[in-house]
Amino acid sequence: MALKIVKGSIDRMFDKNLQDLVRGIRNHKEDEAKYISTCIDEIKQELKQDNIAVKANAVCKLTYLQMLGYDVSWAAFNIVEVMSSSKFTYKRIGYLAASQCFHESTDVIMLTTNQIRKDLSSPNQYDTGVALTGLSCFVTPDLARDLANDIMTLMSHTKPYIRKKAVLIMYKVFLKYPESLRPAFPRLKEKLEDPDPGVQSAAVNVICELARRNPKNYLSLAPLFFKLMTSSTNNWVLIKIIKLFGALTPLEPRLGKKLIEPLTNLIHRIYLFFSQILHHLSAITLVCFSWLIAFLFFITVLISLSSGMPNHSASIQLCVQKLRILIEDSDQNLKYLGLLAMSKILKTHPKSVQSHKDLILQCLDDKDESIRLRALDLLYGMVSKKNLMEIVKKLMLHVDKAEGTTYRDELLTKIIDICSQSNYQYITNFEWYISILVELTRLEGTRHGHLIASQMLDVAIRVKAIRVFAVAQMATLLDNAHMLTGNTQRNGICEVLYAAAWICGEFSEHLENPMETLEAMLRPKVATLPGHIQAVYVQNAAKLFATVLKSQEGNTDSTTAQEASQLMIDRLPLFVQSANLEVQERASCILQLVKYIQKLQQKDVEVSEEVCALFAGELNPVAPKAQKKVPIPDGLDLDAWINEPPSESESEDEQPKAIFSKEEPKHSRPRHTEVDEKELARRREARKQEQANNPFYIKASPSSQKVYQETPGVEHIPVVQIDLSVPLKVPGLPMSDQYVKLEEERRQKERAEKKKKDKKKRKEKRSGRGKKHDSGPESEEDITPAHMVDIVTEEMPENALPSDDDERDPADPHKALDIDLDKPLADSEKLPVRSHRAAEVLKSPAEDEEGENVSSLEPKKKSSKEKREKKKDKDKDRKVKMLFESGLSETWERRLISVMLTFIFLFYSFDRKAYDIQGNLQDGSQVVVSVIFENKCDSFLKSMEFNVLDSLNSKLQRPEGSGPHDSLTIPFQLPPGVSNEARFVFTVQSIIMPQKLKGTLTFIVKNEESSTHEKLDFKLHFTCTSYLITTPCYSDAFAKLLESGDLKSSSIRLEGVNMPFHHLLARICFHHHFSVVERIDSCASMYSRSIQGHHVCLLVKISSQTVSVDAKCDEPTLLGNVLDEIKQTFSQC
Amino acid sequence: MQFMLLFSRQGKLRLQKWYVPLSDKEKKKITRELVQTVLARKPKMCSFLEWRDLKIVYKRYASLYFCCATEGQDNELITLEIIHRYVELLDKYFGSVCELDIIFNFEKAYFILDEFLLGGEAQETSKKNVLKAIEQADLLQERVNSVVPVHGPTSTSLSL
Repeated sequence: MALKIVKGSIDRMFDKNLQDLVRGIRNHKEDEAKYISTCIDEIKQELKQDNIAVKANAVCKLTYLQMLGYDVSWAAFNIVEVMSSSKFTYKRIGYLAASQCFHESTDVIMLTTNQIRKDLSSPNQYDTGVALTGLSCFVTPDLARDLANDIMTLMSHTKPYIRKKAVLIMYKVFLKYPESLRPAFPRLKEKLEDPDPGVQSAAVNVICELARRNPKNYLSLAPLFFKLMTSSTNNWVLIKIIKLFGALTPLEPRLGKKLIEPLTNLIHRIYLFFSQILHHLSAITLVCFSWLIAFLFFITVLISLSSGMPNHSASIQLCVQKLRILIEDSDQNLKYLGLLAMSKILKTHPKSVQSHKDLILQCLDDKDESIRLRALDLLYGMVSKKNLMEIVKKLMLHVDKAEGTTYRDELLTKIIDICSQSNYQYITNFEWYISILVELTRLEGTRHGHLIASQMLDVAIRVKAIRVFAVAQMATLLDNAHMLTGNTQRNGICEVLYAAAWICGEFSEHLENPMETLEAMLRPKVATLPGHIQAVYVQNAAKLFATVLKSQEGNTDSTTAQEASQLMIDRLPLFVQSANLEVQERASCILQLVKYIQKLQQKDVEVSEEVCALFAGELNPVAPKAQKKVPIPDGLDLDAWINEPPSESESEDEQPKAIFSKEEPKHSRPRHTEVDEKELARRREARKQEQANNPFYIKASPSSQKVYQETPGVEHIPVVQIDLSVPLKVPGLPMSDQYVKLEEERRQKERAEKKKKDKKKRKEKRSGRGKKHDSGPESEEDITPAHMVDIVTEEMPENALPSDDDERDPADPHKALDIDLDKPLADSEKLPVRSHRAAEVLKSPAEDEEGENVSSLEPKKKSSKEKREKKKDKDKDRKVKMLFESGLSETWERRLISVMLTFIFLFYSFDRKAYDIQGNLQDGSQVVVSVIFENKCDSFLKSMEFNVLDSLNSKLQRPEGSGPHDSLTIPFQLPPGVSNEARFVFTVQSIIMPQKLKGTLTFIVKNEESSTHEKLDFKLHFTCTSYLITTPCYSDAFAKLLESGDLKSSSIRLEGVNMPFHHLLARICFHHHFSVVERIDSCASMYSRSIQGHHVCLLVKISSQTVSVDAKCDEPTLLGNVLDEIKQTFSQC
Repeated sequence: MQFMLLFSRQGKLRLQKWYVPLSDKEKKKITRELVQTVLARKPKMCSFLEWRDLKIVYKRYASLYFCCATEGQDNELITLEIIHRYVELLDKYFGSVCELDIIFNFEKAYFILDEFLLGGEAQETSKKNVLKAIEQADLLQERVNSVVPVHGPTSTSLSL
C-alpha cells in the first residue's frame, strides 16, 4: 500500500499540471489539435489511476480543454469521482468541472444526488458552498425535487454565507420544480428580514425575479418591500425593489402615490450610484451626465407609477427634452440609454416623444446597429395617419441601403408592424400599402416571405375595396414570378407567390385578363416551387378556369373557353407527376374534371354555371385564436379515441406544413372521374351544406350578415371619390412613391375643399366664432381615408371564452410559477423529505402569512389589498371580525344610495418603542380602523362626517381641541362609483373583552336637482381575536413559556368538526391570528400574542370528529373570549 | 443573467459561465456567433447589443472582452457594473490582473466568479466579503494540500 502511494507520487511528479498544459498549448500553436489529442490521451491514463490527486489534476485540465471547445463528456463519471472526494481541494475542482461540463441530459447527474446531499449537510461551510455553487449550474428537475427540502433547511443555516447561497439557488429550484415554491415561500419571505444584508439582498433578488414574472401573486408583499426600500442601504437591492414596484403598481394604482415621496428622497443616492457606474465607463465627461441617467431611471419608474396621473406631463416633457441632449451626445452608450428611456416614455406619453421624430429618424442613419434598432423600436409608436407614409418611405430607403440581412429583415418586420398595428389604424390608402408590400418582395434573401404573404392575404380579404387593385398587383407578381424564384437562395420570398396565387384565384372576378394569369400560373417553372405553394397554384388555377368559362358564357364563339380547357389539360399533367401528395391529388382531380368539361364543351353544353358553383361562397376572416376559444361542450372528451389508433407499422406520409394561421380551407374535391349532372347537383347541395358548417364561409343566413354591419364605425367612414382611375405604373420609379405624392395632393385638395366649406359656413353664419376651427396644420381627424376602409373584424366563435392568458409561451418556465402564494398549504404539497428524518417541526404557511401583519409598517396598503379580495369572496374571508352591522333600511336600498362602508379592517399600529421604554402597555394600545367608503349610488356625496359614541374603554382619537362628541370630517368627496379609504385611530384601554361601538356617518347627497342630508348608523365590533397578532414562536421558547407556570388554562371541545386537521389549523391561524409552533400527527401547538403582550398558547388535538382545544394564557378573561370566538368560527362552518 | 463570456481580441475564449442549461453544441454555436458579432463592432460603438431575444452587455478591458447576456428587463448599467466589479475583484486577487493570469489560473477566476454571482444573480455586492470567502477557501485548500505528500513546490519546479 505504502509503495503504491509512493509510486503514485513519483508518477505525479512527471505529470503535467494545468499550468504546463496551458503553456504547452501556447507553445504548440501550429499543431494545437495534435498536441491536445496527446494531452487527452495522457489525461485518460491519469484518470485510470487510483490516486485522487492525479485524477483531480486530470479533471482540472479537462475543464480547461472543455472551455477550448473539446468534448469531455466521456469523463463525466470521473468528474463525479473527484466531486465525491473528501478533500476540499479536489471537491472544489470536481464541482467546478461539473458546473462547466454537466447539463440536463448528462446521465451521471443521477448519481450525484446523495453526494450533493452529503456535501450540503457538511459541517464545513465551504464544502456546502461549492456544492451549492455547482448545483446552481446543473440542477435538473430530479435534483431539484430531491434536494429542495435540504436546500430549504439551509436557508436557515447559522452561517450567512450558506444562507445567502441557499436563498439564491432556491430560484433555480423553483424553476425546475415549481411545486416547491409554495412550501418554501414563507421561509423565503422571512429572509427578506434577515439580519445579514447579503442574505437579505439575495432574498430580494429571488423574490423580485419571481414577482417580475407573476406580479399579481406578490402584491401582498408590497408593504414589506416598501419598508425595505426606505431602510435598505444597499443600492443594488434598492434598484431591484424599485423595479419590482414598477411591476406592481399597474396592478395596484394606489401604490404609485405612496411611492413617489420615498422615491424622491432616494434620487440622490441613485444618482451617486449611477455616476459611479458611469465613471467606470471610462469617459470622465460621462459623469456630468450621471444625474441625467439617474433622473431617467427615475422618470421611467415614475411613469410606470403614475400612469393615472395626468399632471406629470409637464415633467415628462422636460425629461424628454433632456433626453434629447443625451441622444444627441457623441457617446454611443448615452445615445443608446437615451433611446431606451425614450421608448419607455413613449408607452405612456406618446405625444411628448412624437415631437422628436427628426432625431429618431436621424438615429436610423447611425453606424451602430444597436442604436438603429432602438430607433426603429421608437418609430413604431410614433406613427400617425399623417406621417405614416413619410416614415415608411424613409424606412424603405433604409431597406435598400442596409447591408446585413439581419438588420434588413428587422426593418422589413418593423415596416409591416408599423403599418399593420392596431388593425391598420394608420393606413389611409391601402393601394399604397399593397404597393409597399409588393416592393418588399424585391428584397433578396429575406426570411420573412411568409410575413409579407400573410399581410397580403389579410389586407385582400379584410379590405374589400382594395381587392380589384390587389388582384391586379398579384397578377403582375405571378407574371413576374421568375424574378422571385430565380435564385434558390431567395427561397424565403417565394412564399408571397402563395398569397398571390390565392388572391388571384379567390377574387378572380376582378381580374382584367384571367386567361393571361391562368397561363402564368401553369408555367412549367412553377413545378420548382415548394409543394404547398404548388398546391395552391393548382387549386386556384381551377378557380381561374371557372372564371374564364363564366366570362365566355353566352359568347357564341367558344374558342377562348376551349383554349382555356386545352391549356389546363396540357399543363396539369406536370403537376399530376408531382412528388408532393397534396399537389398530385389536387391536380389529378382537377385534370379529370377539366377533361369532362371539355367533352361537354365540345357538345356545346353550357357548363360555366356548374363549374363556378364549385367555388361559390365568400370567405370570412377568422381570428387566429378563434379555434382555441371555442368552449368545449359538456360531455365531450377530446382525449378519448374515436377509433382505436392504427397499428404502428402504418407510417403516415409527410404532410405539407401549414404555414399560415389562416390556411386556405380545403374545398370539397371530386373523387370520381366521371361526373354527370345529377351528381354535380348532389355535390353542390353537399357543398352548400358543408359551407354552412364551415367557419370560413359566410353563411347565407341574415344573422351572420348582420355581424358585418355591426362592425363599429365602419359605416361612418366617409367614402371619398378619388380621381385615379388607372393604377399607376411608372417604370423605374417605385410605385409607393407615386402614392405618397398622390396622397399629398389628395389631402391638399381635401383641405382646400374643407376650407371652402368652412368659409361658406362662416359666411352663412356670419359670426366670428368659427375662427377657432381655422387651425393651420391639419389634425389627425381631418385626414379621411382614400378608400372605404372596410376592415372586417375577425370572427370569433359565439360563446368564446374571454381569456388573455394565451399570450404566454407555454414553454416559459415562469408560467409554472404562477402560483397563488396566499392559499394555505395542503399536506400533499409538502416537500418530499427522506423518511428517516423523524422530527417534524412544521412551519405552517399560515404562520408566515400572518406574520406579515406584525411587520407591516404600512398597514393601509395591506388592508386595501385584503379588502379587494374580500369584496370578491365575502364568505371565504371571515378574517374581519369587526363588521358593520349597518342599519341599511329598505328605503336606502330602494334608492340605491348606499354609501356602504364596504369593508372595515382593523390594524394595530402598536407602538413598540413606547412599550419597551415605559413598560406601560395601555398607553401604546392603539387600534387603527381603515374604512373603505364606496359610493354605489349615482349621486355625488360630500361633507361626510364620521362619528362614534365613545365607551369608557375605547375612544376615537379626535384632533386636539375638539370635544369628545365631535365628529371627524372625512377629507374627501365621492363621485358616483368611486371608493376611497379613511383611517381612524382608536385608543383602547383593556383588550380582554370584546366590544361594540355605535356610530353614525352623515353626508350630503347631491344630484342635479337637489341635495339632501342623509345619515347612516353602524356598529363597530372589536373582537378579542382582533387584538391578537400572529407572532412566530420557536418550540423551545414555547416549552419554556408553558413550564413557567404563570399561565391560566382553559379548554373547549368542538364536536362534529368535519375537516382535515391541517385545514383546521390553517383556519385557526387565519381567522384568529395564531401560528403553529409544532405539529405531531393529529396534535399541534399554537401560539399568539395580544397587542398588550399577553401570551396565548393552544394545544389542539383531533380524534375522530372531536377537536379539543386546551389553552393557556396569562389573562383568563381574554382567553375565554378568544376561545368563544374560535368556537363560533367553527360553529359557522 | 444568462451567461458570461470572456474572450480575447483574437476571439479565443478565456472563460465561460452558463447560468442556463444548454447542450454543448448550442453553447458553442452561441459563443461563436456572439464573439464574431462583438469583435466586429468598432471601439466607439455602444456597449449594448440586442441579440436574438437577449440583451448583450459587453466591455473591453485591455485585450479582453467581458460579455454578459441578460434578459430584456434587466438594467443595462447594473450589468455593466457587475462586469466592472468582477474585473475589480480579479484585479484585487491577482494584483493588477492581466490576461495571462486568467489563462493560467482559470480555475481561480471561476472561483471568484462563483463567489460573486450565483445562478446568474449578484450574490455578494461587497468586494471585501467576496475576497474574504475566496481567501478562506484557498487557505483551506492549502491546508489540505500540505497533508498530501509530494505536492507543492517540488512538483512544480520539477516540471519546469
